[in-house]
Amino acid sequence: WKRVVDYAVKIRVKPDGSGVETANVKMSMNPFCEIAMEEAVRMKEKKLVEEVVAVSMGPASSQETLRTAIALGADRGIHVETDAELQTLAVSKMFAELVKKEEADMLLLGKQAIDGDNSHTGPMVAGLLGWSQGTFLSKLEAADKLKIQREIDGGLQNLELTGPAVLTADLRLNEPRYATLPNIMKARKKEVKKMSPADLGVDVAPRFETLKVVDPPVRKAGVMVSDVDELVEKLKSAGVV
Amino acid sequence: MGKHFFLLVMLKNTSVLARGVVGARAVASRGMAYKAPLTDMNFVLNEVMDAPKHWKKLGYEECTPDLVEGVLAECAKFSEEQLDPLLAVGDKEGCKLVDGNVKTPTGFKEAYKSYMEGGWQGLSAPAEYGGQNLPLSLGLIKAEMIGTANWSWGMYPGLSIGCMNTLILHGSEEQKQKYLTKLIEGTWTGTMCLTEPQCGSDLGLVTTKAIAQDDGTYKLSGTKIFISCGDHDWTENIVHIVLARLPGAPEGTKGISLFLVPKFIVNDDGSLSANKNVDCTRLENKMGIHGSATCEMTFDNSVGYMIGKENTGLKQMFTFMNTARLGTAVQGVATCEQALQGALPYARERISMRAVTGTKSADKPADPIIVHGDVRRNLLIIKSILEGGRAFLYFSAMKGDKMLLAKNEEEAKKFDRELGLFTPILKGFLTELGCEAASLGMQVWGGHGFIQENGMEQIYRDTRIATMYEGTTGIQALDLLARKVLMDKGKELNKFISEIRSTCFQTLNGDTSKQSWKLLKYTFQWQLCSAQIAFKAYMNKDIVQTAATDYLMFSGYVTTAYFWLRMMDTSYKALAKKPSNPEFYKAKIQTGEFYFNRVLPRASMHARTMTVNPSDIMNMKEESFWHE
Repeated sequence: WKRVVDYAVKIRVKPDGSGVETANVKMSMNPFCEIAMEEAVRMKEKKLVEEVVAVSMGPASSQETLRTAIALGADRGIHVETDAELQTLAVSKMFAELVKKEEADMLLLGKQAIDGDNSHTGPMVAGLLGWSQGTFLSKLEAADKLKIQREIDGGLQNLELTGPAVLTADLRLNEPRYATLPNIMKARKKEVKKMSPADLGVDVAPRFETLKVVDPPVRKAGVMVSDVDELVEKLKSAGVV
Repeated sequence: MGKHFFLLVMLKNTSVLARGVVGARAVASRGMAYKAPLTDMNFVLNEVMDAPKHWKKLGYEECTPDLVEGVLAECAKFSEEQLDPLLAVGDKEGCKLVDGNVKTPTGFKEAYKSYMEGGWQGLSAPAEYGGQNLPLSLGLIKAEMIGTANWSWGMYPGLSIGCMNTLILHGSEEQKQKYLTKLIEGTWTGTMCLTEPQCGSDLGLVTTKAIAQDDGTYKLSGTKIFISCGDHDWTENIVHIVLARLPGAPEGTKGISLFLVPKFIVNDDGSLSANKNVDCTRLENKMGIHGSATCEMTFDNSVGYMIGKENTGLKQMFTFMNTARLGTAVQGVATCEQALQGALPYARERISMRAVTGTKSADKPADPIIVHGDVRRNLLIIKSILEGGRAFLYFSAMKGDKMLLAKNEEEAKKFDRELGLFTPILKGFLTELGCEAASLGMQVWGGHGFIQENGMEQIYRDTRIATMYEGTTGIQALDLLARKVLMDKGKELNKFISEIRSTCFQTLNGDTSKQSWKLLKYTFQWQLCSAQIAFKAYMNKDIVQTAATDYLMFSGYVTTAYFWLRMMDTSYKALAKKPSNPEFYKAKIQTGEFYFNRVLPRASMHARTMTVNPSDIMNMKEESFWHE
């Protein structure tokens, strides 16, 4: 899962327009990843899954959020350490390889990360593995089949999936717990395996280049119109009607 | 694309509610929500105080920097998400006494359930009774975050820890197994019942009676008042620690014993008696901290169990007086933090007039008030007391760690004496300045600071009690001057002054040389004043009374200056290593400069007034204080 700029931080574009300012900015666990983590732990508590492994990919600083994940209830963690800029294809390929290596039969992700908002990883991994996918989940019932409810633009969609599956969590799937103090302390003793992209045989070189990042244009004040006639007149002169 | 973006923005905002905040998010009306200042806390802990080394040395193997970071981060989350939203509703609703039972404000009980499930109450309690055995100092920082987010709420678990400490230090094994384990779990809470209608500062006047029964228990009768969190709806039982007098006991402070009196008697099988053993007969209407139930507790032949030996009650209470005072000093720091977090955003947004040196925000009809010197000055006073006070607090808390882990009674006494010099200064000085900070926080808001919906005046109302409970400022002052300095013949004071001077000498020729010299001069003044008072006291004891509060404030300003010097020195050294966040260290240095230039000189005033002949205070006839 992903360490992102904390949701409450006001984002600033870097002066050179190459990206957003992330140095010395508060970083936290991606909120949707937190929800995915909570769901995994709940399934383990209901004895629907045997083991929960938390995975994070990124620089050394990703470790702290990984420890928090373990404190929430994961059995162990894997940290794929790299300082490279990770894009969704690289991440998806690494997840696919990890899933094969660990012989996992379910992958739970947040539906998207709040920095890139790409929402790519879930579907891409499913594609790479040839697995079922259930994205934007607001309900999940696991038995022989996976009964899911998805939040889509048109409303709510109920589906049944056969495993193995890639599932991505949406906001209303659950309410994440707080890590308890005893678990925070125990988390330090649980195993965190360190790996590199090379260990997974994945080339993480970026596939696309960000050319420029700018602030959205400042919103201009609207024009108040006195009645519908004036509105129609203004629309006509703007050439849109 | 447009639709997608809109959906995302909505979700970003609603994710704030992901943890199911109980109670109205009334913070929106305040326009501010508590954010734990983890950067500053970690700076003081790791870079200034070197806490990891200190904890390792004491044998806290588990207290590594990343564990501490994890613990603090989770506690911060809890405080920000669960406790801060209850601050306004706690003030508005307050507590209610219904048919003899206290009902706490909406959401308080649920937040406690979450706190309890998190295992937080046992953070610094011994592992053998179910605690996590982490250092006292770490527990204090937890208390700081909880208390800054919601002081009223935090009083319940806080007072319970006082009760826990009493049992840890003086309870019998049986009492520990029966009561301490439940307190550490959080299943029950505890209170301290000392004050009575006729005595608060002078506990020698306690009259609550305890009569021995044939089965080794006691029956207690009397009234205790101002008992914080004496009753509530959070847990199935409450454990009261009560000071009472045995029949025929010596008069005054030497005849007081300590008892454990549960709200419901605990049967041998662990079940609770059906009827109450203690009653809450009244709830006080207070100026602030409405969320904390301030109770009158009535004991009417209530069953109690003695703690420790007869007539050693006050002595036992005093063994953890120091740690209790640390807990109250936290309120000073917490108030400063609240005041700054409340005042700063307003100062940056509210526009009024133009900067004296020319327009700073041409795109607005006026400049934000933070461009004005007077507003900056107020903010910097709050900030410099806050950050200096925090360093002073953590320093003292770490001394408390040493005391609790002393290998023998002699070592424990040594550290207790060391800590004992600081606790009256910490409590007395920081709480007084907390009130000033709260007042200044309101001032920054102008007239809007007086309006309840804006939340600034609540900060003041909630903190005003801090200079009074747990020992008034006057009591702390007497304790410092009369007991800790004069009776001690200045031994501990001189030890501390040597420590200060050593830092001054080390930094005299460096970047902080201006401050190092200033502080050095104040250490001499400190000793001179102390000697002058000691000398004058031979002729007229009254001077101890009339000088004490000035002495306390003087000591506070100079001690805080010592920590500012250390923080400035640490910051200069850090800057030399080209860190990734130089602005943080530059701000520290600037705030430290402000402290030395604008706040520390107050000590000179106190030095002048403290040695004045007591006659101008003591000679006026009582009747002359006011004429019709």
